[in-house]
Amino acid sequence: MHQIKIVRNIWLGIENLLLHKLRSLLTMLGIVFGVGSVVAMLSVGEGASKEALEQIHKLGSNNIIVSSMKAVEDEATTTTHSHMGIYGLTYEDYARVAESFSTIKQAVPVKLIRKESRLGERALELRVVGTTPTWFKLVPRPIIAGRVLLHDDEQDQAAVAVLTEFGARKILATEHTIGQSIRIGRDVFEVVGIVKSEGGEAGNIQIPDQQVDVYIPIEVARKYFGDITTRRTAGSSEREKVELHQIIVEVDARENVESTAAGIEAMIKRFHKKKDYDVSVPLALLKQAEDTKRRFNIVLGSIAGISLLVGGIGIMNIMLATVTERTREIGIRRAIGAKRSQIIGQFLIETSVLSTIGGLIGIGFGVLVPSLITYFAGMPTVITPESIFLPLFISACIGIIFGLYPAMRAAKVDPIVALRHE
Amino acid sequence: MGNQSPSGSNAQIVRLEDVEKIYQMGKARVRALAGVSVSFKRGSFWAIMGPSGSGKSTMMNILGCLDRLTSGRYILEGRDVSTLDDDSLSELRLRQLGFIFQSFNLIQQLTVQRNIELPLYYLGWDAHKSAERAEELGLKVGLEGRLNHRPAELSGGQMQRVAIARALANDPEILFADEPTGNLDTATGEQILKVLVELNEQGKTIIMVTHEAHIAAHAKHRLHMLDGFIERIDGDD
Repeated sequence: MHQIKIVRNIWLGIENLLLHKLRSLLTMLGIVFGVGSVVAMLSVGEGASKEALEQIHKLGSNNIIVSSMKAVEDEATTTTHSHMGIYGLTYEDYARVAESFSTIKQAVPVKLIRKESRLGERALELRVVGTTPTWFKLVPRPIIAGRVLLHDDEQDQAAVAVLTEFGARKILATEHTIGQSIRIGRDVFEVVGIVKSEGGEAGNIQIPDQQVDVYIPIEVARKYFGDITTRRTAGSSEREKVELHQIIVEVDARENVESTAAGIEAMIKRFHKKKDYDVSVPLALLKQAEDTKRRFNIVLGSIAGISLLVGGIGIMNIMLATVTERTREIGIRRAIGAKRSQIIGQFLIETSVLSTIGGLIGIGFGVLVPSLITYFAGMPTVITPESIFLPLFISACIGIIFGLYPAMRAAKVDPIVALRHE
Repeated sequence: MGNQSPSGSNAQIVRLEDVEKIYQMGKARVRALAGVSVSFKRGSFWAIMGPSGSGKSTMMNILGCLDRLTSGRYILEGRDVSTLDDDSLSELRLRQLGFIFQSFNLIQQLTVQRNIELPLYYLGWDAHKSAERAEELGLKVGLEGRLNHRPAELSGGQMQRVAIARALANDPEILFADEPTGNLDTATGEQILKVLVELNEQGKTIIMVTHEAHIAAHAKHRLHMLDGFIERIDGDD
């Protein structure tokens, strides 16, 4: 019975608003745009952070990535003079790290060399990744054809190569290529497999898998290509000696990640004079990114919230004008026997219906705009349930809060005065 | 004394005891009612008369529970209502009183039916029952086929009929009429008065405010106000 009455009251409110279609529409406009911008802003913010978060997730939240890095004081000298820069992680570092921590589940050394490669007629510069079979456990990826590196390859120091999908397609390698030879630099390797690529760059860490990677056993890479690379630029040549480019470590449990990272950093520091390495923890980045995202959302949300506030004030303004205009109606209702609370209820229902309908239309806009942004600007946007229900809830509240004052004014109308009101 | 049974047809339905109403208009105190004592019987038809400023409107507002008295007592159906709060007075108006006004006071946006249903809405009647009642009342006051019209589409006489139907919707004890013919031509006014007389003959207590003698002549009793006092009472008893 009580529910029927509420439904009926809401229905009467809607009827009353429909009597003044244009005015109701104009009153709603502020809320429509307010809610629309909240939804749109939240989804843009969500979209912007989602990609970064996914990339970090891909790095593995239980992983620690130690990378070689040119020490800052070396930068200036090596670019002007033609001498050899020696820096970065060593095979010894890898052995020490892998052996010293009980919390480490598995560790992978990575050697990265860019080499011109040729398969039949096609040539392409590939990124040669010298690593161990463990790599494929740490960074799992589906096999398209053939197989990945095996321990036998390591022991036999076999000249085998696993291509990555994108690079493979560029040099026209297919499943029929398995078993054929590929020339990497001056050396010949047997193609044993093709794996799917998942590329990209996340923040400042080089993601360990790239689209043009070719994987070979690390010992083979060391034997064939050595540790010294020469890069020729206009007028000068640059020689670098780097033993290992990355060490990727998987820790047994999430709670051990940060302590292990600290331990690794301390250990490497003892054996390096300069800071020519960098320890990055995806988990820490993840936390940081989530923090940034939260702050971003608060800023965007507050800006959009201001427009909601303006919308609410708009409702209040028009409702106040309406109260004056409807003074006589209020007087009639009061004379007939409506209580003050019923007049308040009537006006509150009207404002909340207005703001809720405005909110619903606003959500329509708010959902439409991000999809347009994604379509035209290619920016990722994500609409979460919260980004819809929160603004809707807020808009309903705004209807009540900003409707309250006009409603109280309406209830204060003296029926005797109101009935004389023209 | 205040607990008299309201059941008898001659019982006092309304009694004012030394009622004063003082308005504060800026610094001036206006004594709109200066100690009025009078009682009306159930089923009577009273006309309250007097020139403007005589206190007749104030009298009606107080009798109609639209306004509160400053001092004295107002007994309505054996119940002292002088000290009731706003909500209780609203409740009283809703359940026991009906009003018609000089300027009809219909809600322009609502149809005739919705206007008639208005008291029923506040009484919590369901939509179906309300619609039935509105139709029945429309028939009674001669508004067949007009229930879905808006007030603006009606003549003055028809609008006043709507107002009467609305005032009767809650089956009130007392029907108040404030200059009910003031905005109508003489012929239409007579028709409306006929409706009121009929209602009175059916047992409804009617209290009408007017300043015109020929209108007041339809009532059984006339109460003449002057300067906040009762000047005289005459009647057909």
